[in-house]
Order: sequence, then C-alpha cells, then structure tokens
Amino acid sequence: MAIEISFGQYLPLNSSIHRLDPRIKLIATFISIIFIFIVKNFYGYALLASFLLGLIILSKVPPLYIFRGLKPLIFFILLTFALHLFTTQGTVIFHFWFLKGTMEGLRNGLLMVARFMLLISFSTLLTLTCSPLELTDALESLLSPLKRIGFPSHEIAMMMSIALRFIPVLVEETNRIIKAQVARGADIESGGILSRAKNLIPILVPLFINTFKRADDLALAMEVRCYRGGEGRTRMKEYVLSQSDFLFLFASIIVGIVSVLI
Amino acid sequence: MPSLIELRDVWYQYNPNSPLSYWALKGIDLKIERGEFISIIGPTGSGKSTLIQHFNGLLKPTKGEVIVDGIEISKTKDLKALRKKVGMVFQYPETQIFSETIYDELAFGLRNYGYSEDEIKERVEDVVKKLGIEYIPLDKSPFLLSGGEMRRVAIASVLAMEPEVFVLDEPLANLDPQGRRELLKEIDYLNRKESLTVIIVSHDLSEVSKYADRIIVLFDGTILMDGPPREIFKNVEKLLEISLGVPQIVELLYTLYKKGADIPYNILDLDEAVRVIVKWRRSLGNRDKLRTIPTT
Repeated sequence: MAIEISFGQYLPLNSSIHRLDPRIKLIATFISIIFIFIVKNFYGYALLASFLLGLIILSKVPPLYIFRGLKPLIFFILLTFALHLFTTQGTVIFHFWFLKGTMEGLRNGLLMVARFMLLISFSTLLTLTCSPLELTDALESLLSPLKRIGFPSHEIAMMMSIALRFIPVLVEETNRIIKAQVARGADIESGGILSRAKNLIPILVPLFINTFKRADDLALAMEVRCYRGGEGRTRMKEYVLSQSDFLFLFASIIVGIVSVLI
Repeated sequence: MPSLIELRDVWYQYNPNSPLSYWALKGIDLKIERGEFISIIGPTGSGKSTLIQHFNGLLKPTKGEVIVDGIEISKTKDLKALRKKVGMVFQYPETQIFSETIYDELAFGLRNYGYSEDEIKERVEDVVKKLGIEYIPLDKSPFLLSGGEMRRVAIASVLAMEPEVFVLDEPLANLDPQGRRELLKEIDYLNRKESLTVIIVSHDLSEVSKYADRIIVLFDGTILMDGPPREIFKNVEKLLEISLGVPQIVELLYTLYKKGADIPYNILDLDEAVRVIVKWRRSLGNRDKLRTIPTT
C-alpha cells in the first residue's frame, strides 16, 4: 500500500567514497561512462567491473542496493541481448524458431549486456553515495562557467534542489493521505481501471491542494529572507578538493584508458 | 468478554533488511477495554503513531499479535470491517479533505461502507450535532472553512462511521485554546454518554489528563508507565526527564514539595491544587503566616 521511493536512493553511510567531493564523483562517473562506451572487448569490461567492485567495497554500500538499481531494467537488457544475438550476421551456431543465433551476435550481445550493467551500476553507485543536494551543488558548480553565455545555472540548480528536497515530503504526505482515506474505508487496490482511477481522487485532490499551499509558503519564506537569485550568494559549506579527490579522479582516468587499450 | 484491543509482545521494524532499519516498537503488551478513555503520551519518535496504526491494521506487527475484538489482524482478510470498528483520525486531518461539499466529505466513509443515502443523511445530521458544527451549511465547500472548522469536519467524517473505538493522533495540535477545550469536551461527552472507547495520542500530559482515565507513557518503543493520571503524576521527575509536558500546576506543587512542603503533587486540576495549598498553609500555623503573608 505504501509507496517506496527508489529515486535518489541515497544511503547516508560514512565511507571514504561518501566523503569524496561530489563534483569529482560526478566528473569521474561521467568519465567512466564515456570509457564504458569506448571499450570494445571483455578484458576492458572486466577491468572496469573490478574497479567498480573495489569502489562498492570501499563505499560500504551493500551490493544488494546496486542490484536493486539493475532490476527495473532487466527486461530492457535482455531485449537488447536478444536483438544483437539474432540480428548480427555471421557463423550460425543455433536455430530458434525462424531466428538464427550467431557467434558474432552472442559476442555483441554479451558486450552490450556488460556495457548496460556497468553503466547503470556506476550511476547507481553515484546516487547511493551522493545526497541529491550534493549532486545539485556539484552540478551548479560545474555549470557555472556557462553563466557567462547567459545560462541560468543557479536557477536550474535551485529548482532541482527544491524539487529533490520535496520528494520525500510528498511521498510521506501521499502515504499519510492514503492511510487516512483507507482508514475511512476507501478501497485503493481493487476494481477495474475506471474505478481505480476514481479511487485516486480522494488521494490526488488533497495532495495537489497541500502542494500548492506548500509552494506558496516556500515562495513567501524565500521572499522574506530576501532571496534574489544566485548573484553574490555565498555558501555555508564550500567544497574543497583534497588529495583523495585527485587520487580518485586520476584512478578513474587510468582505469578507463587501460581498459580501452587492453 | 475479551478485551477490545489486545497486543501481545508486539515488535515493529521500519525498513527491514536495510542499513536504515530500526525498531519502532519493542515488545508492547497492552490491553484496552471497552469504554476506556486512554491517552497515549510520549516524546517525538517514541512510537506513538506506529503503535496506533496497529489498532486498525494499517501496520502489521513484525513480531507478536494484535487482536481487535477477538480477531487477529495479521490473519484476517477483512481489514475493511476492522477499520470501521476502529475509527482513526490522523495528525492534521484537515489535509485529507477533498470533497466538493462538506456533506460529501462527511458521507465519504459511509459511502465506502455502502450505506443507503437515507441512512447517510441521518448519520451526517447526527454527527454534525454531536461535534457542534450544525451552524455550518453542509452544501458549502469545505475549503472555505477556517482551520479549526476543517479539523472538526475531518474528525466528524470518521465519527460518522460510528466506530467502536475512536483513535485520534494529536487532535489538538494547532488549535486555539478554546478549540482545544471544546473538542476535548465533545469527545469526553461521547465517551461518557455513548460509551465510545477513546484513545488520544499526545506529547503533552496537561492537555488530556483531565479527561483520560488511563495514561500510557511510551518511550523508545516500550511502555514506560501505564495507569490512571494520579498514579502517573507521582513520577513527575521521570516525565520531565524524558521531556514530556506535565500540567503546570503539577510542576508547581512538585517544586514546592521538593522545597520541603508536605503536600501531594499528583493532582488533576486547579481547584484541587488550591485546596491542597490552602490546607498546607493552614497546617503551618500562625508563626509562618505572620512571617510570609503580607498584611494589607
């Protein structure tokens, strides 16, 4: 009955990976993703996978959480695998109905699977070890050079952090409203599509009303504190790059380059 | 006759199998009888809201048994029937209002349980009288009401279902003093005249101690104290230690007691406190009277 949030599954643990500068983590993940696309053989993927494994161990995140990130995409991954297996031209190794599976297809398919799984795992690890607010901070900081050409990087980061900030609030509120209506005998789980949609009204109407109210309050509170955009605004927590940040970035680049070359 | 609600060694864990897991309830044993007026008190995070959600099956115990009117909630398929028996009003219930008219809002629960429109009309009119909101036109939009009125409409919408137990989670939060008094009086009236079992959750003892005939103090997922208000107030020190609000008058008498006054401090209202203090002053005799009371 209760909704669980899978978005931004930040795990607040205390590990060396968690303590890294979010900007560096974002860049390093980006670099790793680029290399994942360039790598052309299994050795490269094996190297990247062991790098990832090392990071997971360092981050103290239970591996189960990484698998949970993969779960919703399993169908997509399998479909890609099948498409590659059956559509690549080459030596036929088996027949299935009217389809021909080829050796080259098998290889390409497995490479695709490895590529997808690594892509998702790397980005899952990023969101598990960086709080959404850290991520938006990092994004704002990295996009700030674009301000010169008129890109509203602060405004976008502010909008993102407000949106992210209120996801848990909305989830909690939704759960509370669902419980309140269920306690009044509302049935939200059974019935056909039409009656189910109708049953959502007692949940959606209060949710919208409360959200608008909250947006109003927030705008007022920001106004009262003289919020006027990012111009000249300083921050309480400055990110300072440390040695381990450079080390991590360096390691990511080296692992990437080596995995392309071997 | 079995107890209306019985909890046997109930444990509840949030986020099981994750690093964020924690036990909100740790072995609760509890019996609630018909007609009681109970107040569940505890500081923030003590497990009050988790506990009451076990009463109508919104949460099911991780370990242990919850038996409501002879039915074990983990085993029954008919939770809907259970939820009619146990009417539950959540914190800030006015945020659950959604209907176009106040009448529809009050009828929502009844319609869910398939009452005929005639019965619904009768019950809505009845509940409106009970909660003293008959002056509000029922065809008005509930969103035009004041905060206190919206709260009453939301509470009335649960009461309209004629539950056997009425559970309210912090019903007095954000109400003005008059609104608090009136609401409590009405609930007390229902408890006495219609023998409705009432359970009120609060983090402040002074609000409900006048009406509740039993107080359950929850702390860190366990029951710390359970008894009539008079018994509970004997432990003022402990209550203050776990940052619970006790009635100011109890705190005052307790301070006097600690300074050496020979007076009981587990009293329930102002009149009683005055009697206690007057008696104490008299017992001190003339010498003290001359020294401490200014002559006018």
